[in-house]
Amino acid sequence: MVLFFQQIINALAIGGIYALMSVGYALIYSLLRFTNFAHSVAVTFGSYAIYVALTHITSNFYLGLIFGVLVGAVIALIIELTAYKPLLIKNSARSSLTIIGLGISTIGTNMIILIFSSRFKVIPTDFGGKSIQLLGAYISVLDIIIIAICLVMLLGVFLFINKTRTGLAIRAASHDLDSTALMGVDVQKFLSIIFILAGAMAGIAGVMLATKYQAYPSLATTMTNKSFISSVVGGLGSLGGAVAGSFILSTGEVMISGYVSSELRDLFSYGLLILVLLVRPYGLMGKRFDDKA
Amino acid sequence: MTYWLGVLVQTCIYMIAIIGVSILSGFCGLFTLGHAGFMAIGAYTSAIVVNTFDVPIFVGLLAGMLLSTLLGLLIGAPTLRINGDYFIIATMGIGEAIYLLSQYLIPVTGGPYGYMDFHSFRGMEALFYVVPILIVVIVVTYFFIKSKHGRNIVALRENEMAALTVGINVYRYKMISMGYSCALCGLAGGLLAHYMTNVNPAMFTSTKSNDLVIAVVLGGRGSLTGAIIAAMILTPLPELLRFSSAQEWRLIMYGLTIVLVILFRPTGLYGDREFSISGLAKWIKRHSQRLMKRGEN
Repeated sequence: MVLFFQQIINALAIGGIYALMSVGYALIYSLLRFTNFAHSVAVTFGSYAIYVALTHITSNFYLGLIFGVLVGAVIALIIELTAYKPLLIKNSARSSLTIIGLGISTIGTNMIILIFSSRFKVIPTDFGGKSIQLLGAYISVLDIIIIAICLVMLLGVFLFINKTRTGLAIRAASHDLDSTALMGVDVQKFLSIIFILAGAMAGIAGVMLATKYQAYPSLATTMTNKSFISSVVGGLGSLGGAVAGSFILSTGEVMISGYVSSELRDLFSYGLLILVLLVRPYGLMGKRFDDKA
Repeated sequence: MTYWLGVLVQTCIYMIAIIGVSILSGFCGLFTLGHAGFMAIGAYTSAIVVNTFDVPIFVGLLAGMLLSTLLGLLIGAPTLRINGDYFIIATMGIGEAIYLLSQYLIPVTGGPYGYMDFHSFRGMEALFYVVPILIVVIVVTYFFIKSKHGRNIVALRENEMAALTVGINVYRYKMISMGYSCALCGLAGGLLAHYMTNVNPAMFTSTKSNDLVIAVVLGGRGSLTGAIIAAMILTPLPELLRFSSAQEWRLIMYGLTIVLVILFRPTGLYGDREFSISGLAKWIKRHSQRLMKRGEN
């Protein structure tokens, strides 16, 4: 029972991180109907930003977190302005956007290897192995901080999307981008806002992942793949679905690696992806998007 | 000398796989992020079949092709009916799942150390297998894309709705492209297995899958010539750039080239044209005329 409780906390922490990234996928998909394969770059840069911040600049974790968020947001904005925007203005095929994202993610990962080498980097925080005892289980302080920050961020994003004027424009654009532009909404500006938002969340996710697991170049691609699976399981383009999918996936993974075998964990994730695509391709809460006119 | 012959054999093998992916991603416009997985299926099947049943390598290659095609059609059947994004995701999932399975199923695949000690090509024997197969593949593919079916596939890439209205069975042609690409990737995987004498999961990572698509995009979406040229340039590249950090620089250049090609030359280097003798003659004639005009001025 104690083990089970610990596993649940762990699943919540991992699920929260997945959710931060998969909401980024869902936001961009809901507006532009394409999968941002360059999302992992913002996560990678976030995870190395906290490493640089805590080893060279400051010793305060929260200042490092803010630095990571800024780096993630700036990287995402740069990617949007240099790569995606010209293609969107030209009205290129969606597959071009997918492939260019792949190219950018290759550049990002290998730049990190060139700069930092592919060794594991420990993030020097004072959480270390600190834990508190709750209901007989030892729960690491870091996990609690992760869960708290993720919940606050997700709540913030939902309020932003559902309660503000900007959010209203974004929701309108997700129904029909072209008509929204005709109604006098500066769609390009809102696309940049979306990318900044997704990048900031990716930055936080990168910081959390690096602090929880250490920073290494392929960390982000592995984890964004998982969060991408979550957003597919929940339904592409659905924010609520992305969050639900993240917690389903993380719970499944933690339970499998806790009670069966940790080697089966990744197999479970990809198996779930294939199963969902075969049985219910639109995911739990997805809408049906068609290629046809 | 044998080293360079080895590079040649590998280039030919990857060319078969790249031609396969070119049919799916270049001609049919369906991108894939998991075709290294189908190469893995071909490789393991061929190696295991040859080892267990003690049959000639040819039979093993056919078995690998067959299984990889069947799996490809199984994955394609539900996902090709809907939006193209789901297809990309499905290929990514299947590629990654095959990679993980080949690591996990140690009794069948030998796990991370690989499957070894099966009947393989001896020395130059590989060339006598690979080169004729490659020629057959190129000729068959050439006639396939020049046929009615090839034109239908290009039509549905250009405008699915229009293709549907003139009576092309879009779903069927997507399935044909998927089957064709998986068959060629399975064949290439099998050849790779018998050439390498060892099949291990690291040969079929997602990076390999991405390399296949990247080759097609760079060569030209919808050009067999482009795919062949891309394979000739990109496959030996890692062999040439073996010094220290060249590998990272190579991948950065790959990524950068992809970004630049998509931004400034979306059709790829060779576009959707094909190399032909008459085309070359026309090109020379046009340019020589231009040069002569310049000379007169």
